[in-house]
Amino acid sequence: MAELLRTHPLEAWSTALERLPDTVGITVEPFVAMAVVRLGAVGAASEALGAGLPTTPNTWVPAGSGRAVWLGPDEWLLSSTTDTPEELEARIRAAVVPLGGSVTDVSAQRIGLRLTGERVRDVLAKGCSIDLHPRVFGRGSSAQTLLGQAGVVLMALSDAGDDFVVLVRSSFAGYLADWLLDAALEFTPTHDS
Amino acid sequence: MTSPFRTAEGGRIDRATTLEFTFDGQTHTGHPGDTLASALLAAGRHQVATSIKLGPPRGIAAAWAEDPGGLVQIEEPFPEPMLLATTVELHDGLVAHGLPGQGRLAEISDSARYDAVHHHVDVLVVGAGPAGLAAALTAARSGARVALVDDQSEAGGSLLSGTDRLDGGPALEWVAAAVAELAGHPEVLHLQRTTAFGSYDDGFVLALERRTDHLGTAAPKHVSRQRVWRLRARSVVVATGAHERPVVFSDNDRPGTMLAGAARTFLHRYGVLPGRQAVVFTTNDSAYDAALDLHRAGVRVQAVVDARPAGSPRREECERAGIRVLSGAVVTGTQGVERITHARVAAFADGEVGAVSAIACDVLLVSGGWNPAVHLFSQARGRLRYDEALGAFLPAEELDGLSVTGAAAGVFDLAGCLTDGQRVARAALTALAVPPPGEDRLPTAPEPVAPAAPLVLWRVPDTSGAGGHTSFVDLQRDATVADIERAVGAGLRSIEHIKRYTTIGTAHDQGKTSGVLTSGITAELLGVPVQATGTTTFRPPYTPVAFAALAGRDRGRLFDPERVTSLHDWHVAAGAVFEDVGQWKRPRHYPRPGEDMEAAVLRECAAARTGVGLLDGSTLGKIDVQGPDAAVLLDRLYTNLMSSLKVGSVRYGVMCGVDGMVIDDGTVLRLAEDRFLLLTTTGGAAKVLDWMEEWAQTEWPDLRVHCTSVTEQWNTFPVVGPRSRDVIGAVFPQVDVANEAFPFMTWRDATLDGVPVRLARISFSGELAFEVYVNPWYGVAVWERLLEAGRPYGITPYGTETMHVLRAEKGYPIIGQDTDGTVTPHDLGMAWAVSKKKPDFVGKRSFARQANQDPLRKQLVGLLPVDRRTVLPEGSQIVELHADGQLPPPPVPMLGHVTSSYRSAELARPFALALVKGGRSRIGDTVHVPVDGTLVPVEVTGSVLVDPEGARRDG
Repeated sequence: MAELLRTHPLEAWSTALERLPDTVGITVEPFVAMAVVRLGAVGAASEALGAGLPTTPNTWVPAGSGRAVWLGPDEWLLSSTTDTPEELEARIRAAVVPLGGSVTDVSAQRIGLRLTGERVRDVLAKGCSIDLHPRVFGRGSSAQTLLGQAGVVLMALSDAGDDFVVLVRSSFAGYLADWLLDAALEFTPTHDS
Repeated sequence: MTSPFRTAEGGRIDRATTLEFTFDGQTHTGHPGDTLASALLAAGRHQVATSIKLGPPRGIAAAWAEDPGGLVQIEEPFPEPMLLATTVELHDGLVAHGLPGQGRLAEISDSARYDAVHHHVDVLVVGAGPAGLAAALTAARSGARVALVDDQSEAGGSLLSGTDRLDGGPALEWVAAAVAELAGHPEVLHLQRTTAFGSYDDGFVLALERRTDHLGTAAPKHVSRQRVWRLRARSVVVATGAHERPVVFSDNDRPGTMLAGAARTFLHRYGVLPGRQAVVFTTNDSAYDAALDLHRAGVRVQAVVDARPAGSPRREECERAGIRVLSGAVVTGTQGVERITHARVAAFADGEVGAVSAIACDVLLVSGGWNPAVHLFSQARGRLRYDEALGAFLPAEELDGLSVTGAAAGVFDLAGCLTDGQRVARAALTALAVPPPGEDRLPTAPEPVAPAAPLVLWRVPDTSGAGGHTSFVDLQRDATVADIERAVGAGLRSIEHIKRYTTIGTAHDQGKTSGVLTSGITAELLGVPVQATGTTTFRPPYTPVAFAALAGRDRGRLFDPERVTSLHDWHVAAGAVFEDVGQWKRPRHYPRPGEDMEAAVLRECAAARTGVGLLDGSTLGKIDVQGPDAAVLLDRLYTNLMSSLKVGSVRYGVMCGVDGMVIDDGTVLRLAEDRFLLLTTTGGAAKVLDWMEEWAQTEWPDLRVHCTSVTEQWNTFPVVGPRSRDVIGAVFPQVDVANEAFPFMTWRDATLDGVPVRLARISFSGELAFEVYVNPWYGVAVWERLLEAGRPYGITPYGTETMHVLRAEKGYPIIGQDTDGTVTPHDLGMAWAVSKKKPDFVGKRSFARQANQDPLRKQLVGLLPVDRRTVLPEGSQIVELHADGQLPPPPVPMLGHVTSSYRSAELARPFALALVKGGRSRIGDTVHVPVDGTLVPVEVTGSVLVDPEGARRDG
C-alpha cells in the first residue's frame, strides 16, 4: 500500500492565503511536532533538554529547530521542525519524567500561522485585546489570548511588530483563516475581484 | 431648490462642489461640509418633523448631537432610522425624511461592513477642541502613545463655530498646524468622526468611528462603514466641551427656536443664516456673540432679551451696532404656526413677569447657560457637584487615570482652555512617569474678558394660561413643566423616578438639553437645593450606536466559530447533513439520493447492527492524565474505582458534581501505571478539564499529576457492527483481533505504514466495535483505509443521529440530553458504576442524603408507544390517568418527560427514553404522553431495549 498521506486543515485556504499582499502575509506552518511539558524543576530540565525553558511569564525562546513557549508556571509548549512527534515526545520524556515532569504529544492539537508584513498588527488588532505594540510585545513575547472568538497562542518574532506566529486549535483553524482573510480585506488591493 | 439662507462667503463648506439631496420628497442642494440640518436651514427650512405624541411641528434646535428635535429617517443610500439631521453629513444622493419620534428598521439586510479595533495608548484625549488639542500636543510631544478622538468631521471644537484668534491669526490656522504636527508623530492616532460613547474602569473607552457614512454611495465596500474602537488608555483626558442649555418658556418648541450657540455654528461653520430677523434671549454673555455675529452677517437682530436686571457689559457693543438690548426681560412665549413669527417679551423682575409685547422674528435664539459635558467622567463613576454660579454640574473629584479639562471642567475662555489642557496632559504624563516635553509652546490667546455673572433661570413663569403644558423640557418626549409638576405632585422626589415618570431624558439625546433643566425645575418645585436633586445616572452610550456596529464582523459565517474535524471536507463531499453540537459541525446523517433523514438513519442503523458502520467520533473530549498520583486523582473524581484498572484496559466512568449529580461520563484507557487517557462527552471536554484542574490545583495540590487536553490530537473512528472485526483485522494484520487476544474494554497499539494507531474495544452501540485513534494529520488516509477494507461488508458511514439511536436502544444515556443536572448515577440505573469500596469521591456524601434515597425520584426508563407508530416528541410530558381512565383535573401532575425518542430499525417501532418518577417500579405499566392534543398510551420498560443480555458486544 502507498504511504499514508497527511492532510492539513487549511489546505482549502491555501490559494486565498497565497493571494494576500506582503503587507498582510499569512503562511501556514505545516506539520510541526509539538509537545506540552509539565514540570516543577526547570533548571535541571533545561540542562537535560539541552535548551532553556523560559521562566518569564508570556515569553518564548528558540529551542533547537523549534520554540519553547511559556504557558504557565509549570507548563511549556515545545516544538520542533526536525523531530517527528514521536521523537520529540520521547526525547522530552527521557529528560523530564525522571524529574517528576510529564510530556504529551500535541502535534496535531494546534496549527501554526505565520503573519508577516507592516499591516499584520492592524489585522490582529481587530480581534486581539492585548497590546501588540513592539514596545510592549517585542520579539520573545507570547500570550495565550483570544483572536476573534478563537483561543490562540500568539508569539512575536520581531521587534518591529511585523512578524507573529499564531497557534490555533486545529478545529478552529478554518474559522480563524476566514476571520483573518476578512480582517485583511481592507489591506488587500484585489478586494474588488 | 435654491439656498436663499446661504451666506455669500465663509464657512467650512466646499462651495465649488454642489451636492443634491432629497428631503421629504423635495430636492435640495448643499455642499461638502454641510450636514443635512445646515443644508435644510440654507434652504430656509427649520421644521424637520412633527412631535411624537402631540403632533406640532418640530425643527432644528441645535447644531449637533444635543438636538432634541430633528430626527430623520434615511432612505438612501441605506435605510436607517432615528438619525439627527444635525449629525448626518451631507452627500450626493442622500434621501431622507423627517421622523415623528419613531423610525423603522430596514427590511433588507445591511450589506455594509462593520468592525472593531483594539488600541492601546498612554494618553487618550477625547475632544479636539482647544483644550483637547493642547492636551494631545503636549502628550504627543513627550513621545507617548496618544490617541485623539473627536466626534466632528474636523478638529477645532468650539473654534469651528466662532471667530477666535490665536497667535494673531485665525484660530483655525493654529488648529490646522496642530493637526499637522500630530500627524507627524508616529505614535499618535488621531480620529475624527469618532464619538467616545462609553467610559469604563481602568481607562477602557469605547468609541464609534463613522468611517464612510459621509461618502454615501461612493463608500468603498471593503472598508468598514463604522468601526468600534476599543481603546485602553493608561490615562484619559476628557475634553468634551459643553452643551448649551435652553430656557423653558411657553411654546418653546416652535420651529425657528434654536440655541444661540447653534446659530453661531451654522453661520461660521456652514455659512448659513438661521433666519432674517432674530430675537436673542439669554441669561449670560455668550449669546451676545451670536447676536453680534448674525448682525454682521446681515441678520436683523430685533432685540437681545437679557433676563439679568443689570444686563451685560456687552450691551454697549450691541447698541453701537444698532441692536436693542432689553435687560431684565424674558421671552414668555412664541407665536406662529409652522414657524415662529413673533417672540413674546416681557419685563422680568424678582421672578415676576410684566406686560407682554410681541416682537416680530423668524428665529429665536436662546441661551440659558452651558452644561459641561461630564458624561464620560460620570460614566467612570466620577462624582458631580452642582455649581451655583454656572447652574450646572461639574466634576467634584479627581479620578485615577481620568481627568477633565476645558469647558467640560467649567473653563470657558479660550486661553484658559489651552492652559488647562496642557496642564492636565502634563499631570497625566507625570503620573505615568513619562517626562513631559521641554518644548511645549501654547499659542497666544487674547486676554479673556471676564463675563458678567450669568443668571440661572430654568424656566420663565407661564403666563400663557397653558399651565406649563406648552413649556417643553424634553421636546423629543413631548414632556413639559406640567409633567414635572405632576410627577412631584404624585409624591416623586428622586430625579431617577421623575425621569421615568415623565420619560424626560429617555430619547435619542438622553437629556443633553433637558437633564439639568429637569434637575433645576424639580429642585424649585420641591424647594430643595439643586445639589440635593442631583442628576440622573450617565450611562453609555453617549450617543446612539447601531447594533450592526456593535456586532461588527461577528455576523454571518463569523458569528460563531464552526469547529470541524480533520474529516470535514470528506463529510461534505460525502453529502453529509450536519448538525451543530456546541460549536462543532458533526455529520448528522449521510442521505443517499432520495432519502430523507428517517430513511437514511434507518439504513445506517441497520448497517451498524447487521454489517459494519463507521463514525467520526473525533469531537469526543480527550484528556491525557499523567503522574504518579494520576490514579488517585481519577479515583477521587469518578464515582467508580479507576486505580484497579489494568494497563491495556478500558473502563467506563461517571463523574458527579459535589451534589452527586452526573456531570459527565466516558471511557478511561489506562496507558501506563502513571498515565490515563480520559474520554469525555463532546460538550463536556473543556468543562471536565477545568473541573479536574480546579480540584488538582485548589484542593489537592499535593497530588503529582498533570492533565493536558488532547481532544484534537486524536481522531476517533468507531468501527461498529458484527463485521467490524473483519475490517480491523484487514487494516491491521499485525494485530490479533480475536476476542480472546483482544477482549472487550481493552486497547492495543498498532501502526499503519509506520504511523502509530491505537485500537480500543469500546462500544457505544452494544455491537462488536473497535475505536481507532490516530493523529489527525493521517485522519483522512486512515478513514479511507477503513472504508476500503470495509467495502466487501458494505461499510456505511453514519452520523450522530444513528449514533443516538444505537446508544438509546441500549439505554446508554447522553449526559445533558437524558440528564439535566438533577440526575444521579442511581437514577440512570448505574448504581453499578458507583464504588462502595472507595472511602470518598466527589459526590459520594450527597448520595446519602434523604432526597437521594427517595424511591419516587425520576429514573431513566424506556417507553414503547403502544400504537407502535408514534415517535414521541422529545420533551413531552408524561401523565398518569385515574383508575377510571380519566385525566386528573388540572393542574395535571407530571410524572416526568421524554428525554430521547427515535424510530428503531432493530425494534421495527419507535421507542423513547424518559425520566419518570419512580420509573423502575412502573416497568410494565401503561402511562400516557400528550402528543398534538391526544393522549398516546406508552408502555414503561427497562431502559435497555436491544440485546439486554449483551450477547452482541463480542461479535
